[in-house]
Amino acid sequence: MLSAATIEVVNLTKRYGDVEALRGVTFSVGEGEVFGLLGPNGAGKTSTVEILEGLRTPDGGSVSVCGLDPQQKGDEFKFIIGAALQSTALPDKMRVHEALDLFGSFYPRRRGTPELLARFGLEEKKNAFYSQLSGGQKQRLALAMALVNDPRVVFLDEPTAGLDPQVRREIYDIVEELKKEKKTILLTTHYIEEAEKLCDHVAIVDHGKVIALGTPRELKQRSGAVTRITVRMAKPEINGALNTLEGVTECRTEADDYLLYSTRVPRTIVALVKHLEEQNNELVSLEIAAPSLEDIFLELTGRRLRD
Amino acid sequence: MLSHTWALTASRIRLAMRNRAFLFFSLIMPIAFLFIYAGIFGRGNRQAVPYLLSEVLALTVMGSFWGLSVQLVTFREQGILRRFRVTPVGASAMLASSLLSNYFLTLPTVVIEFFLSRWVFHMAGLGNLTSIFVLVTLGTVSFASLGLIVASVTNTMQETQIINQIIWFLFLFISGATIPFPILPSIVQAVAVFLPATYLVSGLQRAMIDRTAVLDLGMYMASLVGCALIAFLVAAQLFRWDPEAKAPRRAKLWATAAVVPFLLLGVWETFNGDLRAHAMKDLNSIREPYSLERTR
Repeated sequence: MLSAATIEVVNLTKRYGDVEALRGVTFSVGEGEVFGLLGPNGAGKTSTVEILEGLRTPDGGSVSVCGLDPQQKGDEFKFIIGAALQSTALPDKMRVHEALDLFGSFYPRRRGTPELLARFGLEEKKNAFYSQLSGGQKQRLALAMALVNDPRVVFLDEPTAGLDPQVRREIYDIVEELKKEKKTILLTTHYIEEAEKLCDHVAIVDHGKVIALGTPRELKQRSGAVTRITVRMAKPEINGALNTLEGVTECRTEADDYLLYSTRVPRTIVALVKHLEEQNNELVSLEIAAPSLEDIFLELTGRRLRD
Repeated sequence: MLSHTWALTASRIRLAMRNRAFLFFSLIMPIAFLFIYAGIFGRGNRQAVPYLLSEVLALTVMGSFWGLSVQLVTFREQGILRRFRVTPVGASAMLASSLLSNYFLTLPTVVIEFFLSRWVFHMAGLGNLTSIFVLVTLGTVSFASLGLIVASVTNTMQETQIINQIIWFLFLFISGATIPFPILPSIVQAVAVFLPATYLVSGLQRAMIDRTAVLDLGMYMASLVGCALIAFLVAAQLFRWDPEAKAPRRAKLWATAAVVPFLLLGVWETFNGDLRAHAMKDLNSIREPYSLERTR
């Protein structure tokens, strides 16, 4: 962690009727950090975030945000947080600038509407009704509303769900900017690339439990997931010796390429180079693909994230 | 809280002005009622206009409960209220803005109804304007508060509409707003004295026709204030931001507390009241010329 915890979640439990949504979730988020809760639908991500936002009460465990209990009375907690809920809804006939003016008026410290409109690319749409906005524009407005009080902590629940790749990239840029401003951000996602690209730390959540926690890099290193090395050679391999190279667990061919799955990448490459010399063969190309968080999730749960 | 309430009130007035359904039900329909009442039922009898206008005013004011309950339930079902919950806006500010925006949107309709009665239907007097203003104000807030109660005890729009239909039916047909109170069968009258709508209609008729002063309508006013206060506090207590949050069972019990002032007034009226006498007197003020008109 970068510094003292801004968000603390300890042994959090939550039940909806017979369904145990959270079964002892524990993690902490340092100041200025982007923390990702990664998991499939129904894993408990939104329940966790909504407890932290004060929208739901936990059944057990404890949470604090900047040392405050989200359930406490008074406005102090509301002043320091900003939230883009999983589905933000506004009245159809509310104009974009009116929404920002209205929500801004609730806070003593606020960002100006023109600044937010410019920053989120909504200037041209400032007089549009909410119902006239596209999905991406609605999401940008939701993010602008989350920042209207210049909060210390920002909660983004599935900020890019259902958006096309271009809009998703725009949202990534916005989160990157917030990161530069040292905002503490907790985001939930089931997009691997989002967690890998944006988050300093990631908690992989499944069935209401944190099953892995760390930086994306740490998680990959800790994982037993194998790295894929794609090799193309001048002459085809004939005796199947690639399978026996150090660290290689599996070897497949795909057109002219050989796909080597290795648990010890540096040693496999050294062995590969020696092998090619012995065979009087030449390396045409070599590509290394590290295991993704998707591979790690698969390894931990036996399921894919979007199963 | 006050600044939040004003900001929300201004925003909700703007939203309502852009809503065609709102304009139809809150402006066009009450004015259409006036034309039907004064133009068709009144048949040009100028003396009947104050009596008929007081009925139309009562309908305009009572309509508040329907509009507000539907609006609040829509906001809740669409998840709009939920977004406000992560802001410093509290339930009281949200509910107070409902009442205020509804009040400021009802007043122009009332004024238009007065103007039309005066200039189109040639109403002779304007009644006791102070009493009318106070009754319209307290009535609007009180009936809107009943709408907030309906929104707080129902879980879906379907439930809300069913309860609204039942309440509206009672208000419309046994309060004197459509069928004059003295014409109602005595058993219906015995029930009607427990309805807030009956006192609103009677109060407005007395203010319009007898020019009754505010203080002489004290009991009616006190009951409207009591109903509004209790309904507001109960609605704030039962307020739900989340679409999936269900009304607790105790909610319906709490909700009945709002009608306690009118239960008490109904008991008092049953044994000591003069509502029947006033209602008959006010009806008689138009009956003769009205009958003459009809027999021509």
